[in-house]
Amino acid sequence: MRIALAATCIADTMFPGAPRATVRLLERLGHDVVFPPGQACCGQMHINTGYFAEAVPVVRNHVETFAPVADGEWDAVVIPSGSCTGSVRHQQAMVCRRAGLDDLAATAEAVAAKTYELSELLVDVLGLADVGAWFPHRVTYHPTCHSLRMLHVGDRPLRLLRAVEDIDLVELPDAESCCGFGGTFALKNADTSAAMLADKAGKVRATGAEVLTAGDMSCLMHIGGGLSRQRAGVRTLHLAEILASTREEPTTLPPARVRETEVAR
Amino acid sequence: MSDARTEVLSRVRAALGRPGAGTTPAGLIGAAPRDVIVPREYRGAGEHPAGSPEVREQLVDRLVDYKAHVQQVAEADLPAAVATLLSSLSEEGQVTVVVPHGLDKAWLAGMGDGVEVREDSPAAPLPASELDAADAVLTAARVACSETGTIVLDGEPDQGRRAISLVPDVHVCVVRAEQVVQTVPEAVRRLGAYPERPQTWISGPSATSDIELDRVEGVHGPRTLHVLLVPPS
Amino acid sequence: MSRTFLGLPRTLRRPDDVAAGPDEPFGAVPHPQAPLRWGDAFPEAARQTLKNGQLRRNLGHATQVIRAKRAAVVSEVPDWEALRDAGSALKERVMAELPELLAELEENVTARGGVVHWARDAAEANRIVAEIAKAKGADEVVKVKSMATQEIGLNEHLAAEGVAAIETDLAELIVQLADDMPSHILVPAIHRNRTEIRDIFLARMGDAPPDLSDVPRELAMAARAHLRRKFLSAKVAVSGANFGVASTGTLAVVESEGNGRMCLTLPETLVTVMGIEKLVPSFEDLEVFLQLLPRSSTGERMNPYTSLWTGVTPGDGPSEFHLILLDNGRTDVLADTVGRAALHCIRCSACLNVCPVYERVGGHAYGSVYPGPIGAILTPQLTASTGGVSGHHDVNAALPYASTLCGACYDVCPVKIDIPSILVDLRAREVDADRSRRGVDPWAAAMKAASWVMSDGGRFGLAGRVATLGHALGGRDGVIRVAPPPASAWTRSRDLPAPPSQTFRQWWAKEHGRPADEGDDE
Repeated sequence: MRIALAATCIADTMFPGAPRATVRLLERLGHDVVFPPGQACCGQMHINTGYFAEAVPVVRNHVETFAPVADGEWDAVVIPSGSCTGSVRHQQAMVCRRAGLDDLAATAEAVAAKTYELSELLVDVLGLADVGAWFPHRVTYHPTCHSLRMLHVGDRPLRLLRAVEDIDLVELPDAESCCGFGGTFALKNADTSAAMLADKAGKVRATGAEVLTAGDMSCLMHIGGGLSRQRAGVRTLHLAEILASTREEPTTLPPARVRETEVAR
Repeated sequence: MSDARTEVLSRVRAALGRPGAGTTPAGLIGAAPRDVIVPREYRGAGEHPAGSPEVREQLVDRLVDYKAHVQQVAEADLPAAVATLLSSLSEEGQVTVVVPHGLDKAWLAGMGDGVEVREDSPAAPLPASELDAADAVLTAARVACSETGTIVLDGEPDQGRRAISLVPDVHVCVVRAEQVVQTVPEAVRRLGAYPERPQTWISGPSATSDIELDRVEGVHGPRTLHVLLVPPS
Repeated sequence: MSRTFLGLPRTLRRPDDVAAGPDEPFGAVPHPQAPLRWGDAFPEAARQTLKNGQLRRNLGHATQVIRAKRAAVVSEVPDWEALRDAGSALKERVMAELPELLAELEENVTARGGVVHWARDAAEANRIVAEIAKAKGADEVVKVKSMATQEIGLNEHLAAEGVAAIETDLAELIVQLADDMPSHILVPAIHRNRTEIRDIFLARMGDAPPDLSDVPRELAMAARAHLRRKFLSAKVAVSGANFGVASTGTLAVVESEGNGRMCLTLPETLVTVMGIEKLVPSFEDLEVFLQLLPRSSTGERMNPYTSLWTGVTPGDGPSEFHLILLDNGRTDVLADTVGRAALHCIRCSACLNVCPVYERVGGHAYGSVYPGPIGAILTPQLTASTGGVSGHHDVNAALPYASTLCGACYDVCPVKIDIPSILVDLRAREVDADRSRRGVDPWAAAMKAASWVMSDGGRFGLAGRVATLGHALGGRDGVIRVAPPPASAWTRSRDLPAPPSQTFRQWWAKEHGRPADEGDDE
């Protein structure tokens, strides 16, 4: 399959490990991955903050960059993010129509119809449950809100994780509750966001996991930032980074900040 | 008054984008909504017929869950069951029970001396203070819904004014098997034959969840609900 | 750094909005003049309530209990989604045919001996209720819990007219005795635990038993004894309505305690205040809503009592019935093609109970009698004519931002109101309203700049490369602990990773790429 990668703006600039792992995984599974260089961002940040007019050129750039998938030049577009996939699927056409751009909206819908979040692509399109990964660590999974409730990915990510060899997958209590990120919410309502984060980080720590994983780098940046501040010793890895890991080419754990005393030892 | 009526209706029309209607208070004119077809894919009836053993069993289960008391009583045994139940309400043996004027008098045939029966009717209503002083009320019902454990009274002569099944602290309600349907839509269909009648839907004794969302039975309405369920004869 | 940089509304506290001082023994929530706009803007109000550990424990406990109950009773209904679809479509139909349905309801209520009044706003509705009470010579009215009468501030208005309004719902009674404000649509005293309630009763109820414990059953019994005499002697009752059936003129009140039945049945005169959106087309439509509402609200298969009445029934119940149809901003909501779905709300409060924001901050932070997700979309729209969606100068403009858009509210809404989408739409309305304002909003400027960068792969690639220059900011462990504003809001409680030494697209160009893949040569 020829698969175009939308790396997402945040992962491209801040967390390149996630899209790199997506490439590594899909190539290992025998697919061609292309990275259309015109891409930048899906427009979600502008839309969710209410800046529809400013979102239009961003959405236009995304839609035009990935339009070849609608013509069959690629078989699918993959996005290693639930919320960006959700924005592509549920917001882009709406914003175009509001701006009177009906043709662009139609193209956006055609592109969206062939755009998949990573676990959707693996399970629904490629028909896989076991991607042949090996990751000998204790892991807990946070289902991000937009994966869960906007895309309804259900247990697809967990099915993929359960098939990983030697993984010790532990359940995250109260997993479906939001971590408090919410894009600009974390800045506009910083105190409320921090209160939600504190609860989420507490639940993650209680699992005793070495690694927290999810399908969205933005949520992981948020929870990971809290865990790091607490020196909790829990790292964050994108789902793709675990699924890309093999015995031959294992994903190494990033350093985790731990309590000073533990560092001293 | 008619001014307000005209203005509110005109605002509504403006909000829906109808021509010549002015604007809403914020100066808005809305757009016409799309036509709506209401999908009714939900269950219009349950899998079990009215009065079947399954719906009766479900009704009992739901009522018990609400902490109501339920007895299954054959028609012939009703007078004795009513009498036993009512006399048990007072240790001294003196009990006052309110009944609606159209109640089946046969149900009262077993009553002993200790039970005083007070009849109430729309034409000769008992004052609220007397209802408050009564120990219990005995009524029939119009329909019951097993899935939700609900009994509905609709004010007919065997059920009486709404106040009589409200103020006394104990409500004894006789429900016949054929009155028990499984689902809410079935109950609403029966009630819809006389929608203008005042209806009281009763699902267990009065209750509140206002303190820490913890359900507590027994507040302003009857604190005790006894249901006498009469199987098919 | 000014808070306006973050696009936050300026916090305009209106001292004249606040009637009582903050020295109340049971709560620092004074009674506002405007039940739909009080206190600080959400971010600041939330900052205050978040400090109240007791409140957070009470809310955390209560919302967990109700979420579990709701989930259990919803899961046993095999056609739940079909019921939601029907409920949603029915409400959409009501809005589309509202002028005709209102006229039909009026005709049927009048034909059955009721009197229908229309109220353009809160003041008009309050005046009508007060006139009826005074005409009946009542210096006291008993009340069924009603959001419509909360919204119009009826109790305060009646008090000013010399008529005491007595709340008879247990939670409303608690709130009224404590001189507090409601913090939840269904359970207005959800922010109080049993011990606090016991203390309120002992101090304020007058006839509370001196040895009252904090066992919920005993507290409920104290309320029963306290209100019994009022019910038996009241001449006038005031209620809201959950549903009004257009085709028959039937009204419905859904309740638990029997206080509703007392008010609807015993007094000679009943006045019902109902928002114009509360209609259902026909009697059979109740079969949908009477399944959706109880399971969504109290998490019960059915609530203990539902009363249905049509006009006046001779010899049974009130001999005089008045229905007040209330606009008070609803037509402004109806005028917005996206936001009008907020009028579909049947006030179940499921969205509050699942909302992670509400669970932490509580209802008072929303500064409206409608808190939580539904309040965040309803309050700004209901106050549109006084600036509720006119941009950041109004405190209500902060409400659409009081959400992470996690979507839990939409999932549980029995009439499928897409609250997240309406929140986003309202944000856009606020932003657009601000565009006409003079002066530079740094948040808007930042969004504009970001739009320019993010609408072109070349510009974005360049920006990414520039960002990698910040890699060293992270020091040895790659983490930024203190950042300048606005990122300081982030780093107050979270670390920020330093940018990587290489962006993804730089890596791709090196590993896979043709030169064009760098992106900046296009």
